[in-house]
Amino acid sequence: MSETTIRTFSVNFGPQHPAAHGVLRLVLEMDGEVVERADPHIGLLHRGTEKLIEYRPYLQNIGYFDRLDYVSMMCQEHSYVLAVEKLLGITPPIRAQYIRVLFCEITRILNHLLNITTMALDIGAMTPLLWGFEQREKLMEFYEAVSGARMHANYFRFGGVAKDMPAGLEERIAEWCDQFMPFMDDLETLLTENRIFKQRTVDIGVVSAEDALAWGFSGPMLRASGIAWDLRKAQPYEVYDRMDFDIPVGRHGDCYDRYLVRMWEMRESVKIIRQCLEQMPEGPVRLPNHKVTPPPRAEMKRSMEALIHHFKLYTEGIHVPKGEVYVATENPKGEFGVYLVSDGTNRPYRCKIRSPGYAHLQALEKMAKGHQLADTVAIIGSLDIVFGEIDR
Amino acid sequence: MSLALDRLARTLLWKELVQGFALTFRYMFRPKVTLNYPYEKGPKSPRFRGEHALRRYPNGEERCIACKLCEAICPAQAITIEAEPRPDGSRRTTRYDIDMVKCIYCGLCEEACPVDAIVEGPNMEFAAETREELIYTKEKLLANGERWERELALRLELDAPYR
Repeated sequence: MSETTIRTFSVNFGPQHPAAHGVLRLVLEMDGEVVERADPHIGLLHRGTEKLIEYRPYLQNIGYFDRLDYVSMMCQEHSYVLAVEKLLGITPPIRAQYIRVLFCEITRILNHLLNITTMALDIGAMTPLLWGFEQREKLMEFYEAVSGARMHANYFRFGGVAKDMPAGLEERIAEWCDQFMPFMDDLETLLTENRIFKQRTVDIGVVSAEDALAWGFSGPMLRASGIAWDLRKAQPYEVYDRMDFDIPVGRHGDCYDRYLVRMWEMRESVKIIRQCLEQMPEGPVRLPNHKVTPPPRAEMKRSMEALIHHFKLYTEGIHVPKGEVYVATENPKGEFGVYLVSDGTNRPYRCKIRSPGYAHLQALEKMAKGHQLADTVAIIGSLDIVFGEIDR
Repeated sequence: MSLALDRLARTLLWKELVQGFALTFRYMFRPKVTLNYPYEKGPKSPRFRGEHALRRYPNGEERCIACKLCEAICPAQAITIEAEPRPDGSRRTTRYDIDMVKCIYCGLCEEACPVDAIVEGPNMEFAAETREELIYTKEKLLANGERWERELALRLELDAPYR
């Protein structure tokens, strides 16, 4: 009997695969059920955001940042707004800083709820998704209450935020916090100890601490590998230095640890939200400097000078002093950085966006190698990738 | 030893699976959170950014003075305005088009408008079958303004302290 050799064969995973989290096209070289090589093909959602930004006045670009990673909208606006503020040399009023931190943490919960529950769905648990989306709905109502849009908020501005929080919203958020903790316990009952979930995630896609650093990981991916690095603690921006919260750190760097880290981060986020609500002072939410922020509407309708400022800001926009700056914030997914080069005009000369998902996706080959096809799905779920930010 | 026994008992008794099933079973008797959409709708804040409308003054004169701030600020360049002075000397638009397919509903036009003429209203149900229907002309926008004026005025009034 002659010997037969079995060659590996290629499988196209995506770009329309429901477990691919967007338009990920993954070319898998399979040896039977085992992944030999995983080759992510990106670029199917490329919109040229960085180039578009070069052609828009600074104010108009905020909306583009919402649409990068479309599940952590305000966090990305935050990076951009902080970068422009750093170039301008201004600091927003304290209340605005609190509102920003509050909504960044709400965004973090929005993002983690989506990620954990869809990962559970990919693995086979459907109920967490349905429950998680109920909570997401409530959070999106808060988004809508402050900005007018449930997702693409366009809310943060240079020198503050677009509008103050409407009266009564603080109480609603506090009420939400109270009911969220029991919900988290319920969610954990379904997943954390569940043997099916554990069999699918424990020791799957292990990344050691050295590898995590070498591959440029950040955020929960890095922390799950055992490195306590969080930009909110390491280089606090806005009012994070006044907040009392812990950084959850994993030990093994597998899918299960990444899940646990994200779960615990949500609890910490609720802690930060509570502290924001308690400490938030009254006061203005925009700088009175009308070369940067538009004057209040009532003033604009009465005073000629304010009207001139209004017209200048909405046509020409702000002129940002020459210089370059890199600002990174701790996004739900990791370090989201904006590198801005200004040539002194009203448009950025160059805007480079550092998206965390891009660095995470490139390690997929390393993580998926030797695992089965179904484990690749669990790994992709735990990577927390969103194609809006990877392809930009 | 006792720890190992405990773990073994939990595994054999399917503890966490039973707990999970019990929990989902309990959820079955909780009030429903879903809405029967076309008949029930979620709450909307006065800041909601939906379909655009052009408003008029109470005397029937259109508010828009063709200052073109909205056209300048629109990140998607969805607004096209042409204007010329009227016989009575006032400056008004002759063409005011919004391409609702291009529009990203960022709300900057409303923010920029110095006379509260262009606003984004509470309506979000304006899906159409063709793209042509979604290129809104001045007539369509003014008709929207008349149709939604009560809601628009109310939401502007509610939001006025924050703007």
